Amino acid sequence: MTEGAPLLELRGVSKVFGAVRALDGVDFTVPAGKVTALAGDNGAGKSVLIKTVSGLWAPTDGQILWEGEPVHLHTPNDAEAHGITTIYQDLALCDNLDIVQNMFLGHERVRHRLLDESSMEKTARKTLDDLHVTTIRSIRQPVQSLSGGQRQSVAVAKAVMQSAKLVIMDEPTAALGVAQTIQVLELIKRLSSQGTAVVVVSHNLNDVFAVADQISILYLGRMVASGPADEFDRQVVVDYMTSGESTRAAAG
Amino acid sequence: MTDTIDDPVSSGESPSGQTVDASGTPGSAIEPDELVVLAPDVLANSLSDYLRAWLKRIRGGESGALPIIIGLIVICIFFEVQSSAFLTATNIVNLFVQATFIILLGMAELYALILSEIDLSVGFVGAVGAAIAMALMSSPQNWPWWAAIIVGMAACAVIGAFQGTIITRLRIPSFVVTLAGLLGWQGVLIYVFDVDKGAVGGVITISNSVIDDLVSGTMTPAAAWILLVVVVGLYALYSVLRSARRHAQGLTVPPLGITLLTVGATGLAGVVLVYVCNLNRGIATAPVRGVPWVIPVVVLILVAQSFLLARTRLGRYIYAIGASPEAARRAGIKVARIRTFAFALCSFTAGLAAVVYASRLGSISVGFDGGTYVLYAVAAAVIGGASLFGGYGKPIHPLLGGLVIATLTNGLALLNISTAGTDIATAVVLIVAVAVDSTLRRRGRGGAGA
Repeated sequence: MTEGAPLLELRGVSKVFGAVRALDGVDFTVPAGKVTALAGDNGAGKSVLIKTVSGLWAPTDGQILWEGEPVHLHTPNDAEAHGITTIYQDLALCDNLDIVQNMFLGHERVRHRLLDESSMEKTARKTLDDLHVTTIRSIRQPVQSLSGGQRQSVAVAKAVMQSAKLVIMDEPTAALGVAQTIQVLELIKRLSSQGTAVVVVSHNLNDVFAVADQISILYLGRMVASGPADEFDRQVVVDYMTSGESTRAAAG
Repeated sequence: MTDTIDDPVSSGESPSGQTVDASGTPGSAIEPDELVVLAPDVLANSLSDYLRAWLKRIRGGESGALPIIIGLIVICIFFEVQSSAFLTATNIVNLFVQATFIILLGMAELYALILSEIDLSVGFVGAVGAAIAMALMSSPQNWPWWAAIIVGMAACAVIGAFQGTIITRLRIPSFVVTLAGLLGWQGVLIYVFDVDKGAVGGVITISNSVIDDLVSGTMTPAAAWILLVVVVGLYALYSVLRSARRHAQGLTVPPLGITLLTVGATGLAGVVLVYVCNLNRGIATAPVRGVPWVIPVVVLILVAQSFLLARTRLGRYIYAIGASPEAARRAGIKVARIRTFAFALCSFTAGLAAVVYASRLGSISVGFDGGTYVLYAVAAAVIGGASLFGGYGKPIHPLLGGLVIATLTNGLALLNISTAGTDIATAVVLIVAVAVDSTLRRRGRGGAGA
């Protein structure tokens, strides 16, 4: 790792679909151990950007640097090998499996070719405890019985357990009620306080200001503003999100 | 495990008690909506807690195997009232033996059902494997029985892998591929009889005594008791040790009372089974007694399948794919390979079922009705409680469902009711079982489906 380099850096990344320029020379940096909010209106290119970082789509142009070194993320496995985990809105959990089984899905521990449930349960419990996920009655209950916030917690814990260095969360609170939103935002803060970088993709300004250390705003495929969260206020962010510029801007 | 006090949001702003540690509260705080999807052993800390959670859960509509067991008892009482020949040692053993084929075929189908697929070809695929095995062990080939069985079952597995490959790689629905299989493998079955020089009039007679004795041969009464004691003893030892070890490590563990109750119930069922089988079911001068070999064989296959599904990666992945192929794919599971393998297992188990079928009749014939049997197999799994929508189902389900179907067939035959009547009655039971199950579920889960 190059000293002082951000965890993830995108330089001049573009993505073209036919005649559509979904991303246009985007620069984007994610510092280690901080929460970066990626804001933007619908169609601004937020999803395209995270799919590029998570290895689903290769960029048409530009460079991706991971810990200061140029990387090529061709598949989701490439991204995961570097420690980049993306949690999509559908969470990718199996309803019929319990929490431990979901957290270890695809990474099960075996002993004598049989599943080592004891070891997996201990690790899963420790991970959840470290994240202060306390609302779950039993980690042996099927995911089907969990609330939206709890499911989100399980998805995050799964990423943490697989030693992700960067967790990208796509609209993590979109489907949640007030109390559960608070739970998830708490979880995001805790995650970053443990040293994991988090990118929260959101157009919910309450969430953005509640958790973000850094804010980056996309507008029609261009990165129109980036900076520490305390240099923005709500109105400025709204201006950037809706028109790509802000006359009130103190920063940006 | 409670939240720290200096935690600004949850201590200050949380509008509800959501962040309160729920694990410290007693069983009475169980939320109603949790009840219907949580197994009681997850929630309860003691036996009485467990029973309370279990009763609530039944009222909530998540009844598990109970209705089917009650249904089975009701059916048995009905037949016993109607015919004194029903609850006799002869008939009960006969019933068990009749059930084994459908139970095994249902266990085969279970692999496909958990994947949220269906395999309509299990009947004929199994028959092809069994016919190959029977042909190889009879004259003029005269192979040793075990070599013939290995080749026959391997043929089944290859057929299953072949169908699974078409389903997964060409992305053709399993319904269509196995529907083609239902027709095509019947053709292959006829072909096997044409080729085999030992087949007479479309029938291959079993000449090997080991395979013949699988159903008609019995263990000595003493051997059966010894085997029962050993099996139940090992099961009890395994359960209690596992429970104690997990408890010592602070892991989730059902109350000890439940473990003992399960072991006790299993032991009791075993004792009744062995006792009934050991009664003389012949005549005074020519006594017939003992457990038919096929019963321990079915138990062995049941245990093997349970182990595979519950304790191995392969089993875990089959359940995961059945619930959400997308989640499984993103977890790095090679979905196509696992599905193909599951179809191979399905066909392999079907082959074992067909061997049992042939052993019961002493032969296998070209008239094997694979089309009907596959429907019984699906019915057995579904009546027993497996879901047609994937992700759920255990080997015990086809076992229970198979027993129900065999009891109906057997009982109605005793009452001299025609095949037509038996078919209609089985159909009614299938609909009633599924209707009761889905109605209870809908009430319990607010229409969340199976």
